[in-house]
Amino acid sequence: MDTLLSQILNSLFYASILFLIACGLSLVYGVMRIVNMAHGNLYAFGAYVAAWTVGLVAGRLPDVNPVVLFVLLLAGALAAGAAGAVLEPTLLRPLYKRAEEYQLLMTFGLLLVLEDVMRLLWGPHPLTASVVSDALPSVSLLGLTYPGYNLFVIVIGGVAALALWAFVYRTRFGVMLRATSQDMRMASALGINVKRVYVQAFTIGCLMAGLGGAVVMPISGAVLGMGVDALVLAFVVVVIGGLGSLEGALVGALIVGFVRTLGIMYFAEVELAVLYLIAAIVLFVRPAGLFARA
Amino acid sequence: MTTVLLETRRLVKAFGANRAVDAVDFTVQAGELLALIGSNGAGKTTLVNLISGLLQADAGTIVFEGRDVTRQSIHERIEAGIARSFQLVNLFDQLTVADNVALTIFARQGKTPHLWTVAARDTVVADEAAQVLRQFGLASKAGMPAAGLSQGERKLLDVAVAYALKPKLLFLDEPTSGVSTREKAPIMDVVTSVVRQEHITAVVIEHDMDIVFRYSDRIVAMHQGAILAQGSPDEIRRNEQVTTTLIGSPPPA
Amino acid sequence: MTPAIRPRLLSRLEVGGGLLVAVALLAVPLVAAPFQTITVCYGLVFAIAALGFNLLLGYTGLLSFGHSAYFGVGAYVTAELVKYLGWTSMEAYVVAGIVASALVAALFGIVCVRYTRIFFGILTLALSQVLWSLALKLFWVTGGSDGLRVPTPTLLFGTLAPTKDKMDFLAYHYYYYVLVLFAAAVAVMWLIVHSPFGKALQAIRDNETRAEFVGVQVRKYRWIAFVVSGAFTGLAGTLWVPLNGLTTPDILYWQFSGRIVFFVVLGGFRTFWGPIVGALAYNYLETYAVGFTVYWQLVLGLVLVLLVLTLPQGLAGAVEALSRRLRGAPAVA
Ligand SMILES: Nc1ncnc2c1ncn2[C@@H]1O[C@H](COP(=O)(O)OP(=O)(O)OP(=O)(O)O)[C@@H](O)[C@H]1O
Ligand SMILES: [Mg+2]
Repeated sequence: MDTLLSQILNSLFYASILFLIACGLSLVYGVMRIVNMAHGNLYAFGAYVAAWTVGLVAGRLPDVNPVVLFVLLLAGALAAGAAGAVLEPTLLRPLYKRAEEYQLLMTFGLLLVLEDVMRLLWGPHPLTASVVSDALPSVSLLGLTYPGYNLFVIVIGGVAALALWAFVYRTRFGVMLRATSQDMRMASALGINVKRVYVQAFTIGCLMAGLGGAVVMPISGAVLGMGVDALVLAFVVVVIGGLGSLEGALVGALIVGFVRTLGIMYFAEVELAVLYLIAAIVLFVRPAGLFARA
Repeated sequence: MTTVLLETRRLVKAFGANRAVDAVDFTVQAGELLALIGSNGAGKTTLVNLISGLLQADAGTIVFEGRDVTRQSIHERIEAGIARSFQLVNLFDQLTVADNVALTIFARQGKTPHLWTVAARDTVVADEAAQVLRQFGLASKAGMPAAGLSQGERKLLDVAVAYALKPKLLFLDEPTSGVSTREKAPIMDVVTSVVRQEHITAVVIEHDMDIVFRYSDRIVAMHQGAILAQGSPDEIRRNEQVTTTLIGSPPPA
Repeated sequence: MTPAIRPRLLSRLEVGGGLLVAVALLAVPLVAAPFQTITVCYGLVFAIAALGFNLLLGYTGLLSFGHSAYFGVGAYVTAELVKYLGWTSMEAYVVAGIVASALVAALFGIVCVRYTRIFFGILTLALSQVLWSLALKLFWVTGGSDGLRVPTPTLLFGTLAPTKDKMDFLAYHYYYYVLVLFAAAVAVMWLIVHSPFGKALQAIRDNETRAEFVGVQVRKYRWIAFVVSGAFTGLAGTLWVPLNGLTTPDILYWQFSGRIVFFVVLGGFRTFWGPIVGALAYNYLETYAVGFTVYWQLVLGLVLVLLVLTLPQGLAGAVEALSRRLRGAPAVA
């Protein structure tokens, strides 16, 4: 019973993170028809910035209120968002009229650059700030003691999903976003500033990824290579749920979250290989109908 | 004595609630040049997509030369002798005009699996490709990438590529769409003369009624997924149902 | 009817440039220091990998982010032959490397060629990462992150054993060995892309639907291209190990795939010679740039970004365009 509950919570925790990464990937694809290969590295970037900021402040002010540290995690999200706001207009915009290969190559180039920029800024060793996760006590749940921080992350994932949903379906900007994703030319003819929608969508996507990185950091640290792992899994998530669909990203994140927990349980030794293999299998057997918008 | 080359029985294809092809019985006689007409969205292209294998039918059967091909792959249908061109030009843009045709000939001759011969050194194929291009008046453009052709030339090449398969039954989906009215007749002249010369049975989808009446042996009119009428050009010209729903004006005197 | 004149298969630029390069490559061990010869040798090996990769990207329109897998299989199979069977013959390595990488590509290809575009890219990436993580984890077989050593092999069916000075042997005998295989690989690939099969691949690249409708079985052809591509890259992996003396999981990691992508884009993926030019140029750059920066990945990424923005046709493409301009011929659209 205990283990079952903790497995479920672990899955939800993981699903939250996956959703934060995948929703941005999906949003950007839905609006711009680009799969950003560097998306996972923006997630990693968020993790690094959050770890660095928290570490800096916690180091200078040892008895700072933990609430401040939680707020500081947002630095990771903001940094990734800002990176997105710069990258889209400068590097992607010139390529929309070119063959798709070039867009892939460009984002792949960014992937390489970001990976090394992080190594350049923060060195080859992992960065963590467990002060944040330690600040929350463990919680007793149906006889199970579970880390409070993990529950916090699950809540963040849920809140983010709701907020994003409200944003896309309940705001004026959301209307423009959906119009653009449906038919870019029509939207443009209707007077929507497509360029602005693009940069906003890309920024939000990166922001969410950065948030994901920031909240996962106190648990797993900021590590080189985490970006590509995340990219592959996030891609699996959005493919399961349907590229371009936010609801799909949520469903996909839950599925992958649970499948991963099982994978770790039974193949702990080669967990990563199993994850990639699951990714490949899912992509292989994915019934064509799962695509929300092909 | 006419023989039936192709026959569909109660063929159905629906896109959601939209029954684009609705229980169609469509017959092509060997040797004829058939015009398939109908307003936008009548289901003409969908019918061709079903017969050529691009789409799978929801229900009904397609019989070609007495054999049921309904569930056959595109490849099998091509081998059986069904070829088609496309309403929106569908070419190999970076290949040269000659290679667009040559590739088709290689495929027809079963040579595309050959990794060890130099394509350009196959003079039999090169000669045939050159011959096809001459027939379609494209010989002077042979070395140019297909992307560099004018719209009219691209439409012709699209037909030439399908023709190079030497099919028994050739579907031409609006071979003159997207070109100026002035260019339509010359294109149809070329296309129909090749088709007649080589005794290929052809189904031409066309909107321009002057062209339809001028070139076809028989006409099938579709409307909202169903066959509205069929008959000789004269019969169709006199058919009031057709003239009011499709042409929108009484028949000329 | 007069038969068409036999078409010229190689342009004057190709014949002239090719002869010049051939002479230069033959002369390298005679005029250059062993270290430099070995650098060129690495370049030739990478060029073989790039040729294989470009059969997919340039000719079939499939962008793989997982070609490290086949390079790695070629390298690891060699290392396992040394470890378990004690084989020393390079010919055995080459055959085993080609066969094994073709088999892995055949298996992975079944999965990958069902998709195109980004789906293909991510799938190839995911599968290569499976191999990478296995190479790390199954250390009793693969040596884990330390990798496996591979001594200098004997050449020509055991008749040419490595000399005392390993460096000299690699920079002379082994260099010519690689050069011959490189020439063979170029010839075979040239034939493939100019064959009816190659034309069919280009047709698939340009227009998948229409290719299907002229009777090309698109998925099957993509799969064959995938296997051939994997085998070329695997051969490169096998030839690479004796140079490096060691194989580690690094060559299975996605960043190594990125490097192969880079060669090809640098040289230009729309031309036959581009990948070769790119691999040789890259190798030259790396040897001299790595000296002053450890952030090589960053440099690569930046150059890739710049290439995409300003020189999408790559180095070879630019040379071709230039020579066309000089001859006053019209630019091809
Ligand atoms: N792939 C598709 N998905 C959904 N609906 C489709 C699809 N293809 C065709 N339709 C619909 O089916 C109907 C028939 O279309 P079709 O293209 O067959 O018409 P058509 O007679 O060829 O018209 P046109 O003269 O404009 O080419 C239309 O309502 C069209 O919107
Ligand atoms: Mg139509």
